[in-house]
Amino acid sequence: MEDRKERAFQDKIDAELKIEPKDWMPEKYRRHLIRQISQHAHSEIIGMQPEGNWITRAPSLRAKMVLIAKVQDEAGHGLYLYSATETLGITRNELITQLQTGKAKYSNIFNYPTLTWADVGAIGWLVDGAAIVNQQSLRRTSYGPYSRAMIRICKEESFHHRQGYEIMSKMALGTTEQQEMAQDALDRWWWPSLMMFGPHDSDSAHTSNAMQWKIKRETNDDLRQVFVDRAVKQAELIGLTIPDSELKWNPKNKNYDFGKIDWNEFWEVVNGNGFCNKERINNHVKAHEEGKWVRDAAIAYTEKNKNGARA
Amino acid sequence: MRNDNLPVWEVFVQPKTGAHFQHCGSVHATDKEMALQNARELYTRRQEGSCIWVVKAEDIVSSNPNDSESFFDPADDKVYRYPTFFKVSKKVKGL
Amino acid sequence: MRDTILFKYVLSLGDDALISAQRLAQWAYKAPFLEEDIALSNISLDLFGRANFLLEYAAELKGENTTADDLAFKRDERKFTNLLMCEHPNGNFADTIVCRFFLDAYDKLFFYTLSKSRDKQLASIAAKAIKETTYHYRHSSNWVIRLGDGTEGSHRKVQEAINNLWTFTGEFFKMTQTDIVMMKKKVGVDRKALKIEWDKTINDVCKEATLRIPENSFMTTGGREGIHTEHLGHLLSDMQYLQRAYPDATW
Repeated sequence: MEDRKERAFQDKIDAELKIEPKDWMPEKYRRHLIRQISQHAHSEIIGMQPEGNWITRAPSLRAKMVLIAKVQDEAGHGLYLYSATETLGITRNELITQLQTGKAKYSNIFNYPTLTWADVGAIGWLVDGAAIVNQQSLRRTSYGPYSRAMIRICKEESFHHRQGYEIMSKMALGTTEQQEMAQDALDRWWWPSLMMFGPHDSDSAHTSNAMQWKIKRETNDDLRQVFVDRAVKQAELIGLTIPDSELKWNPKNKNYDFGKIDWNEFWEVVNGNGFCNKERINNHVKAHEEGKWVRDAAIAYTEKNKNGARA
Repeated sequence: MRNDNLPVWEVFVQPKTGAHFQHCGSVHATDKEMALQNARELYTRRQEGSCIWVVKAEDIVSSNPNDSESFFDPADDKVYRYPTFFKVSKKVKGL
Repeated sequence: MRDTILFKYVLSLGDDALISAQRLAQWAYKAPFLEEDIALSNISLDLFGRANFLLEYAAELKGENTTADDLAFKRDERKFTNLLMCEHPNGNFADTIVCRFFLDAYDKLFFYTLSKSRDKQLASIAAKAIKETTYHYRHSSNWVIRLGDGTEGSHRKVQEAINNLWTFTGEFFKMTQTDIVMMKKKVGVDRKALKIEWDKTINDVCKEATLRIPENSFMTTGGREGIHTEHLGHLLSDMQYLQRAYPDATW
């Protein structure tokens, strides 16, 4: 019986049909989705912090408005994704607990600090640039609510990427100090951005099932290559140098070969030894705990006024 | 510890006047007004709507995909519901 | 400069919006739950937008190639003429909500009157502000009621916020020399005349929220003359840091 259901499920996926919340799905598929979508959601939410770090210091009214709108979009994207995860039978509070206790992960990149205004540019250009490559691919993911969230997110996300590149361009073409900040930001964010695509597929524990179920549509390495090819040209245009001496055009493959990624650093940061791991989670816990009395009050108000106009 | 899971509301946005309302996701809120405001903040930040409905997720009744054969297939032989079922001479106008 | 009085008037309105917006922006990723985070950012964005329009107008009045950014990022505390309520630190969620509630109720009345200004530019900025403020008021007044009539703890917090912030509300209705000149020219608003309606709004909402209006009537004023609480200086040193540190750079 299970076998037959599972075969029907796989047939549906192979036919490029979407799986919807009430459809039968293998428990492993459900668990894989919860892990992946919530990790994605947590990344959006924790990702608000490194950029939020510069909202009050953004150097012009325009820059300030754009950055607030961007950080706000990240909250929105986190919400779309929590909303998609909740269709799999888990509550947002459970997801938040998983994040706060370290059971669920978020993208490693957000454990790096934003030290100058150019870092805000680098995040938009490189980190969002990398995220977009991944997200565009995920629009075709097999789970309906996840796919729909991705479509919406991709539409909204395109301005983020441009905003980052605009900041970098202005600085790269600005005063000497600004140019230094821009190059320094690229130097620090380049390799972590490449790591965002995850380990090589041969070393990734989750790739094979995810590909078979069409949760993932392209491999980590393929997506990473797309990102590198795009970014190299963008860096050239504004006169910045990518910090990789082995970076070279490969005429045969028609793409750029690049140097070895330091996976030791990656795993160190994943395992909690990044600059900001503790702080990011502590900030999240603090806001959540300080908000508890507000949530309680709103619930109590509704209970008291069940028959009123607002409840 | 008190459970502070806020109730989930499903959100439907009408993209423009006269159009169908479309489901676009959910928000958490404790009351109707908050649900409306949260939906407005989340799903119409780029002027995507002219009207919003919110409804408590627990109040939505859904058909079950397992029942879909009995639910939807019986409609597959009702070809007479479609205008193409009827043969009308090409000379007849306004029909 | 074309018109010093009008410049001062527009600038003070721009400062109200700018300082309020900067305060609200500090809530980013710290709100009680995610939906509320987005709501507070939206209000902050509306206010930055308004600040931008007003400061651009002020810059134009000032001439000498002044920009809105110059006015926002290159003035010292004493040159800022925002109402004191706007600069008050965020405190807890109740403090922020009460602060916004008092200001939103005031803004609603103020911009309604300003939308009839003889100055076309102010009138059009005000017309846009009315729409935004109507929504902001809906947000903050609803929260005052939820918190007031919520739990014992939330009731206490919101009542404390009202008691602490009440002293800064008198300034809303205190006419300065600039106000009087602008009112006589039918450009500005008779702020004193807004008090009756404002009191009524506050009373009605507080009644529904089971909250008390303080009897203490001493009012702290000074914002419009550039006399501020110590909080403003810190807000500005944070906000203005890059422009001050790299005066030759464009961003």
